[in-house]
Amino acid sequence: MALVLAHAKYQLLEQIRIPMAVIGSTFFPAAAMLFFVVPFAGDHPVGATLATASMTTFAAMSTSLFTFGIGVAEDRAQPWDPYLRTLPAGPFPRFAGRIIAGLAMIGVSVVPVLIIAAVFTEAAVTPLRLLLGLAALAAGSVPFTLLGLTIGYALPSKAAIAVTQLVFFPMAVGGGLLSSPVDPPAFIQAIAPYLPSRGAVELVWTAVAPEVSPAPVTMVMLAVWTAAAGAAAVWAYRRDEGVRFS
Amino acid sequence: MTETLARAVEATRRYGDVVALDRVSIDIRAGELVGLLGPNGAGKSTLINLFAGLRRPTSGLVELFGGSPRDPARRVRIGTTPQETGLPQALRVGECVDFVSAHYPSAVSKQALLDRFGLADLTRRQIGGLSGGQKRRLAVALAFTGDPRLVFLDEPTTGLDVEARRTLWDGVRRFHAEGGTVLLTSHYLEEIEALAQRVVVIGGGRVLADGSVDDVRGMVGVRRVSLTTPAPLPGGLPGVIGEQREGDRVQLLTSDADELVRALVLASVPFSGLEVRQTSLEEAFLAITSAAGVHDAPAA
Repeated sequence: MALVLAHAKYQLLEQIRIPMAVIGSTFFPAAAMLFFVVPFAGDHPVGATLATASMTTFAAMSTSLFTFGIGVAEDRAQPWDPYLRTLPAGPFPRFAGRIIAGLAMIGVSVVPVLIIAAVFTEAAVTPLRLLLGLAALAAGSVPFTLLGLTIGYALPSKAAIAVTQLVFFPMAVGGGLLSSPVDPPAFIQAIAPYLPSRGAVELVWTAVAPEVSPAPVTMVMLAVWTAAAGAAAVWAYRRDEGVRFS
Repeated sequence: MTETLARAVEATRRYGDVVALDRVSIDIRAGELVGLLGPNGAGKSTLINLFAGLRRPTSGLVELFGGSPRDPARRVRIGTTPQETGLPQALRVGECVDFVSAHYPSAVSKQALLDRFGLADLTRRQIGGLSGGQKRRLAVALAFTGDPRLVFLDEPTTGLDVEARRTLWDGVRRFHAEGGTVLLTSHYLEEIEALAQRVVVIGGGRVLADGSVDDVRGMVGVRRVSLTTPAPLPGGLPGVIGEQREGDRVQLLTSDADELVRALVLASVPFSGLEVRQTSLEEAFLAITSAAGVHDAPAA
């Protein structure tokens, strides 16, 4: 366990020491919050709360995809990576450390969104529901973490950057994270239930707002995505091991 | 009997069609300081990667402390060196040592380690801001973090200036004097001579020689003797292992340049423009490997 924490600390130090990386993952959710949520939904308590939940999901999703997708691909390209494999530890501490560091980064990226919501909108949540919301956020970020790991282990870093962006944007828009939670455009209504971003955000909505309950089809699809992404991540990791370390 | 810490038995490693190691057998015994000598691409790094558990042999056996190097538990008492270009740039020197230490049950004290490699003043510096030589020393220091019994040093001093090289050599010697075992690769003959007691020469994936420093120096301490002469050279010149002629210019590869020159003078060979140069190891290896199967000794 101490070793897991050592890996988590190492990952976090690497990220925090490069401030642009942190700013990148906190800026977009905060900016989207200021430009889309505050002017359009800020006065409506439930609307603002749901929109804030959407933005935290957006932040969690981008952090997971980018830190794992691009981070893993870049680490694999470094000669430091084979060195770590000569240390007396299996892959688990490193994996677990990375996940913990990813969750911490999600926590960091969510803070500006919550501050903006508290100061500039009518969004309201009880402390208990806030905690529930954060737990839902952590759970909802799992499929994106796994997708990120798949990309990171399957692709070289330049390709990983492109593919991460290709995956990220349609998921965010298609899942309805950037449109009104109450009255989304028709095409989003049609595709959203089948995207994991929708499942993740509905988890968070349910946690923070008593008015909302999740749609069964969305939850099933979230489970399907999580299982599929998990299988893909294991496949990519094993394949990478076989190619580079057989 | 001395304990064998690592061994390879008929180990072969292929990368696709390329045979990087060809039925290599070698024992590393406790307390030895073994130099692994060979030109680039000889298979030195591949052998170390097998011992460090990074690669599996295609065939044959590789053992570390009596078990598979792929098993993390077997790697507790070894130390390896990362390439300095891969060190985590954002971390401070002390943090990097702490991070590596966390993997070992009996890590050495950070202060003592950094002192030993002349890095004590740099504990708080970010690795990205270190000079090339400082990074190199940190990379080597990391091999000693876990209080290892056996250390693999792959080209530890490449690119270092003379003083930094001496500092590193001193560190390695002290570790060895305290009972540590070292497997060191280099393509500098000088480095192997300065440190190793036993030398394993490897070329084309094979063990070409395995013996004391003196044994091997005789084998690879080849000189190139150049001279200009219109006449054909007499037969039976001593120690000549290779001969090339371009017009009147003759190049002789020999293991004993003094004796060869004496013989040329005694035979009244009309030569001019005599030059005696140390050969590069690559040249020596070409000579050794082309000198029929003489040194293609059974790997032992």
